[in-house]
Amino acid sequence: MQGRSTEEVVDRVFRRESGRAVATLIRVLGDFDLAEEAVQDAFLTALERWPADGVPDNPGAWITTTARNRAIDRLRREKVGQAKAETADRLRALDAIDEMHEIPDDRLRLIFTCCHPALAIDARVALTLRTVGGLSTREIARAFLAPEPTIAQRLVRAKRKIAGSGIPYRVPPRELLADRLAGVQAVLYLIFNEGYGSTAGAELVRTDLCDEAIWMTRIVDRLLPGQPEVVGLLALMLLQHSRRDARTDEAGDLVLLEDQDRGRWDHAMIDEGLATLDRAITLGEPGAYQLQAAIAALHARAPRPEDTDWPQIATLYGSLAAIAPSPVVSLNRAVAVAMADGPAAGLPLIDELAAELDGYHLLHSARADLLRRLGRDDEARDAYRRALELATNPAERAFLGRRLAER
Amino acid sequence: MRYLLLIYSDESQRAPMTEEESATGYQRWADYTNWLVEKRWMRAGDALQPTDQATSVIVRGSERVVTDGPFAETKEQLGGFYMIEVDNLDDAIEAAARCPGAELGTMEVRPIAEFNLAEGANSGQ
Repeated sequence: MQGRSTEEVVDRVFRRESGRAVATLIRVLGDFDLAEEAVQDAFLTALERWPADGVPDNPGAWITTTARNRAIDRLRREKVGQAKAETADRLRALDAIDEMHEIPDDRLRLIFTCCHPALAIDARVALTLRTVGGLSTREIARAFLAPEPTIAQRLVRAKRKIAGSGIPYRVPPRELLADRLAGVQAVLYLIFNEGYGSTAGAELVRTDLCDEAIWMTRIVDRLLPGQPEVVGLLALMLLQHSRRDARTDEAGDLVLLEDQDRGRWDHAMIDEGLATLDRAITLGEPGAYQLQAAIAALHARAPRPEDTDWPQIATLYGSLAAIAPSPVVSLNRAVAVAMADGPAAGLPLIDELAAELDGYHLLHSARADLLRRLGRDDEARDAYRRALELATNPAERAFLGRRLAER
Repeated sequence: MRYLLLIYSDESQRAPMTEEESATGYQRWADYTNWLVEKRWMRAGDALQPTDQATSVIVRGSERVVTDGPFAETKEQLGGFYMIEVDNLDDAIEAAARCPGAELGTMEVRPIAEFNLAEGANSGQ
């Protein structure tokens, strides 16, 4: 914490822990805005007290109790008119939050509500980051390179729809759980990929999005244990994120997997990712996230690129294509087959996808690579040229440019 | 909460049916309506005649303009509705998804705006 002001420390801890208080107060008050305002009030109290008294042992419970008291203050100050009965009910409900050790963790229902399919996908993402992750509107706007008022508006609309359209504040019942959990996983992975996929712009903020997604996935895993795909998603994120420092060079450009300095991979995170994947597999119910994690694990286990178990990766992509068919998965499988059995085995598989993925630069660069290895230089050159036309990432463009120059 | 389930579909795609097909179709709607009644969700519901039977009316000042046809020409037209009363949006979505209309076209789920008339003008506070 050296070099950070006390305010920053309070801010960091508070942000991490505030989701619990927001979640509980929404349950009790049935009102997102009142809950958030009360928690914001509690933050001001924390700024006053924590620097002198130190961060409390259980900050989540402290924030919940303090926010509860601030909510009571707010409600008492409210003009009592027609809403008197309702206010009294709310005050009584707040009184029930008393004993610090009895405060339940309501964040699971908060996550399910924020990820409800009746909300637009970008609203789900923003609302989850705001209420569960405790990010400010400004931080979300910076992370998504969007104007702050746009994000603020999105949050207001989402909260209004939750209240107005009757979206229930609950963990879905058994018959809806699988479907809704898949939706939660999709939002979490979207947040992760938003941080992982781009290497441009506000770099630090975006790495934070990966941490944020991992942190929230851990919460879901803890509060809803034994869900194979949640565990698989966590493993996938950890294994991908373990490569973060090796993914860019000193100039900030993307470094392809085979060229990465594997000594810069985060091996503690890899170990955790591998253990997490084992835990998922033990549950005995395969799924798309677990398969992707298993593929990432095979890369993570290879000390050098040439040690990669390509036949196994090809098999896993085959399984993935069977349960979640997509041309991109088939392309990855074709590349793995080419790595395992040689370019002549992979090329026909890529050619099968040529029509469907004609606008996708990675199809053309993969095809070019196989043609090059087969000595079909003229065709390889055409394919590199086509890939270069379509590629936008500077590192990939530089790589393709080099290959084209070699032909 | 009360919700209106609006059943939209493309009128021009409604193929002429044999007597048997039409009987099967009718039975599906009847079964669905019975299901809503058994769940105690049903409040109201009806099918509408096609939009070529529609008349639009506007009043501007003292002028009353009556025109032939629906309010808006859209790809899918309102063909019927149900009003239901359920606990929350998840139940309303369940009701919409089970409606035969969901397979023919699109179901729109709209919460009913409830006004507390007893509280009068103060309810805004």
